Amino acid sequence: MSDSTLTGQAAEIRDEFLDLDLSSRLELLLEFSNELPALPERLADHPELLERVAECQAPVFIVVEVDDGLVTMFAQAPPEAPTTRGFASILAQTLNGLTVDEALALPDDYPQMLGLSKAVSPLRLNGMSGMLQRAKRQLRARVGR
Amino acid sequence: MTVEREQNPEFEAYAHPERLVSTAWVAENLGREGLVVVESDEDVLLYETGHIPGAVKVDWHTELNDPVQRDYIDGAGFAALLSKKGISRDDTVVIYGDKNNWWAAYALWVFSLFGHEDVRLMDGGRDTWIAEGRALSTERPARPATDYPVVTRDDSALRAYKDDVLAHLGRPLIDVRSPEEYSGERTTAPAYPEEGALRAGHIPTARSVPWGKAVAEDGRFKNVDELSAIYRDGAGLTDGEPVIAYCRIGERSSHTWFVLQHLLGFEDVKNYDGSWTEWGSAVRVPIVTGAEPGEAPQTR
Repeated sequence: MSDSTLTGQAAEIRDEFLDLDLSSRLELLLEFSNELPALPERLADHPELLERVAECQAPVFIVVEVDDGLVTMFAQAPPEAPTTRGFASILAQTLNGLTVDEALALPDDYPQMLGLSKAVSPLRLNGMSGMLQRAKRQLRARVGR
Repeated sequence: MTVEREQNPEFEAYAHPERLVSTAWVAENLGREGLVVVESDEDVLLYETGHIPGAVKVDWHTELNDPVQRDYIDGAGFAALLSKKGISRDDTVVIYGDKNNWWAAYALWVFSLFGHEDVRLMDGGRDTWIAEGRALSTERPARPATDYPVVTRDDSALRAYKDDVLAHLGRPLIDVRSPEEYSGERTTAPAYPEEGALRAGHIPTARSVPWGKAVAEDGRFKNVDELSAIYRDGAGLTDGEPVIAYCRIGERSSHTWFVLQHLLGFEDVKNYDGSWTEWGSAVRVPIVTGAEPGEAPQTR
């Protein structure tokens, strides 16, 4: 894997996964899933501000904000979709606090670097790729590039 | 050792009532020797968030598929998997899962390819169990490993390949996908990820019966009269004729396969698991777009 391209939180999260065997990786994904915070009220009351991630099998909505040059991603997915929640939580924890440039520099194949293909299946992982692409597109739109 | 079948008046009219159990029956029989409850879901983590106490997990993507070829695991792989899960060849296996048992039906169909004799679905699946407020556990059961025999997978009776479908054209085919996929407006289920079919539409002469028509509002299967009205009267299936069902990758059509074979009692029902992701990308196979079934090609 092209590990040299990852830095900061992204590299830490990747290493955390790769240090584990396959079944423990699933457990870690579940921990991420449980850590996904609820939407802040100002967003929870305005679902139209969030974008549906069509690549995911479960209904998941994301919004990416930039405040003082730093990125924050929010996501909402139902409890019956723990895998999708886990994907969203990983991306939020990876992106939050990065500068826009750092976030846009995150490789598109980051989801494939976490050692989850065998634990989850490549098809399911497509959902996280879709989420990342949409997050980056929102970011580009926000900063006008 | 198998467990006796459920005597449930609600199931008796089905052709093979021994293939279904209710949530109440599962609750009463949990822990019985000879009974293994298996959860099989679309979401790979759902089992970990809580499952029927003592249930083992079988994941279609990561465990029933061959990791390299687009195929199911072979006899040795199935024997290794079931031995590891603590399932014996003569155990009664009850499968349940999310999404009205889509993936549970898929797992049941794969178990059937290996001739596992007593395999049943829990009517209503995971959602019904939870809606009834029944117990869930996050504890992984420690079932002792078994010595499941290596049985050669027999695809001949229950599985159709693309060439079988080509030879079958003109005889009953059921397309269980959404109306939008059937007509060719899209290649994936609404709100589902793109799985890579290059063309949209349906196999000529296939009748559209979305899989969910077999499910009642409470998540259980509809009764036999309602099912017969949908498939015999509505889709024109006649007893004694072979029928093939397909969808996108074979999971929703496993659900319909179960209905046709075990609830309505059609004797020759096959699931075409290559389904639209194969047909919609294959070179020079006939395709029809629009809401009508279309004609079988005269010559091939």
